[in-house]
Amino acid sequence: MTTHDLGPTIPARANWAEEAVAAHAGAEHLTREEQVLERIAKARARKAKIKEQRVTLSHGAGGKATHTLIEAVFLEAFRNPVLERLEDGASLAVSWTDGATGRLAFTTDSFVVSPLFFPGGDIGDLAVNGTVNDLAMCGARPLHLSAGFILEEGFPVADLQRIVASMAAAAQAAGVQIVTGDTKVVQRGKADGCYITTAGVGLLDRPTTLSAAAARPGDVVLVSGPIGDHGITVMLARGELDIEADIESDTAPLHGITAGLLDVAGDGVRLLRDATRGGVATICNEVAVASQVAVVLDESSLPVRPVVTGASELLGIDPLYVACEGRLVAVVGPDRADAALAALHAHPLGEGAAVIGTVKDDPPGLVLLRTAFGGTRIVDLLVGDPLPRIC
Amino acid sequence: MRFVDEFRDATTARALATEIAALCEPGRRYKFMEVCGGHTHTIYKHGLEDYLPETVSLVHGPGCPVCVIPMGRVDDAIALAEHDDVIMTSFGDMMRVPGGRGSFFDSKAAGADIRMVYCPLDALKIARKNPDKRVVFMAIGFETTAPSTAMTVLRAAVEKLDNFAVFCNHVTIIPAIKAILDSPDLRLDGFIGPGHVSTVIGCRPYEFIARDHGKPLVCSGFEPLDILQSVYRLLLQLHEGRCEVENQYSRVVPWNGNAKALRVIGEVMELRPHFEWRGLGFISHSALRMREKYARFDAEQIFGVPGVRVADPKACQCGEVLKGVLKPWECKVFGTACTPETPIGTCMVSSEGACAAYYNFGRFSRERVKEATRA
Repeated sequence: MTTHDLGPTIPARANWAEEAVAAHAGAEHLTREEQVLERIAKARARKAKIKEQRVTLSHGAGGKATHTLIEAVFLEAFRNPVLERLEDGASLAVSWTDGATGRLAFTTDSFVVSPLFFPGGDIGDLAVNGTVNDLAMCGARPLHLSAGFILEEGFPVADLQRIVASMAAAAQAAGVQIVTGDTKVVQRGKADGCYITTAGVGLLDRPTTLSAAAARPGDVVLVSGPIGDHGITVMLARGELDIEADIESDTAPLHGITAGLLDVAGDGVRLLRDATRGGVATICNEVAVASQVAVVLDESSLPVRPVVTGASELLGIDPLYVACEGRLVAVVGPDRADAALAALHAHPLGEGAAVIGTVKDDPPGLVLLRTAFGGTRIVDLLVGDPLPRIC
Repeated sequence: MRFVDEFRDATTARALATEIAALCEPGRRYKFMEVCGGHTHTIYKHGLEDYLPETVSLVHGPGCPVCVIPMGRVDDAIALAEHDDVIMTSFGDMMRVPGGRGSFFDSKAAGADIRMVYCPLDALKIARKNPDKRVVFMAIGFETTAPSTAMTVLRAAVEKLDNFAVFCNHVTIIPAIKAILDSPDLRLDGFIGPGHVSTVIGCRPYEFIARDHGKPLVCSGFEPLDILQSVYRLLLQLHEGRCEVENQYSRVVPWNGNAKALRVIGEVMELRPHFEWRGLGFISHSALRMREKYARFDAEQIFGVPGVRVADPKACQCGEVLKGVLKPWECKVFGTACTPETPIGTCMVSSEGACAAYYNFGRFSRERVKEATRA
């Protein structure tokens, strides 16, 4: 190897790396690799801290960067017991002046999908179904929605009417009403056509409390159908990949299927989550951390359409991280697992439901995958968006 | 799925694992280097090491093109991207690679126009659509991706798209392997040869490894059974006392390479006298630059690239990891200061990087993982 001196060298960042290493000495009884792994586990358990100076796209991708942003910025400022649970929606106890009491679920979600129209749906039905589903995942019966629109100057009214019509249809199908709203228009170039924020309230009229922290060893993990359809559809609809495939978004309201599931296996259902941004892998990680359990998934049991597998293989991404908009993950106690699977299968949206994994006690906080090839690996949170690999 | 499932069949893998175990001589330890980052990714993604006896270990080599880009070149690229009239384009996994002062992602957040493309021709499309802008393609990769960059330059020349330029960072695989063979602290029993590079250069250039250095090499495909079979063939060579270059990936790799692709590279690019590799230092004749004939498409000549040199952070041991001297977890900053969220070294950035692959897929006591995943 020939070394050439090519002029002055600029020193890189300060020695924070060395300092970080020095802070993790000790634990001599373990092998060196185990010590390192222990050190990493500790580092991961530390309080989230944002190192970036500016928000990057990674902060919106649903992976580690998003979690860090939520915990270090929002949770830090707004901290309260309801928000701290970081569920899909807030569960609120309310009491009226006449002495009656009840529980409500309350949630909000923003939609910035590009393109606005894609096979199987558009930003309108996505905005309604997304909030309906967040309420359904709390175990609630969705009642009322709000809708806020941020529109870019010059946006075609015909497109807006098309979006709103599909929102109306989705609301009717989900049995909810959009009862309040807001509109803002920003200068051309300050937004990408149309952004929608919906919020929703639902009635928690079942005794069950669902929580990502409720999973226990022995529980079973189910998914309500093939994963990754929405994410792959939108990626292909952007037209950047020159891949054509016969696939549609799975956007759908899930309150019907959750009601069916809770009717049959209500006392055994620990938690429900809709597998949106970050996909099934992200949900399983949230469960593993919140419940301090290991979630063990079985790759050959994962329902994935061949077209999604194919596109993912080509792009070098993993369907486990690809968004769905009409699929839920349920963790259910072992004695109710068969009933839960039957309940999912009984609903038209749950025909492709499957048991995809189990909950174990060790190693806590991790998601593991038995690969179809017969090996094992960790399924971690992604840092940002799944980036295509070059070769 | 056809053409995928056949190469991931667990039954075949179990049979192969038995054969592999039978070939291992008792008491002997084997170390094979997979040169290519794509192989590293496959090994972790499918949990392939679960099939190997404890005495066979895989060492991850320098073949992740993103990982070997020195920090100074990233800073140079960011300096290019910060020109007001420049649209910078690059492959997705380049976006998070840290230079001395941040990554493309950071620079994009600060206002630079940086776009991810899937193919260099997409950068050309952007150039056509934006005649008032200058579109620069940050070209990275081994001989695998160099032909597509060269083809794009030829297309730009035909179309007279003078607002298109290439910031050429293509590297060549053989000098990197030579650097590893010359490294005194390394003990290897053989190589799992890079597959996709070999579709271009063929298997012939590896012959010196077997002939002069006495190490067998099996050029391998990227599915888990490909890699397992390559390990088997390496062990078989050692067992039979042979030392040869073999082509396991014959369904894709022609022994003599792809003459057309090589011609296109040669038309547009030439060897640089030397190029800095992250962690490995300067290696002679290890990279490509644009020929004078295509200077009008050469970002280095058009813009006057700052040519920043940034020393690798002191604690970072990417070099040792790239050479296979250290396992990722043996690096001083692995998993604490250096994580996929805040990578110090490039091995942690790309999912093909040995450190990122180990961190994401392999980071845990094998025993506890085996216990947990037992059905």
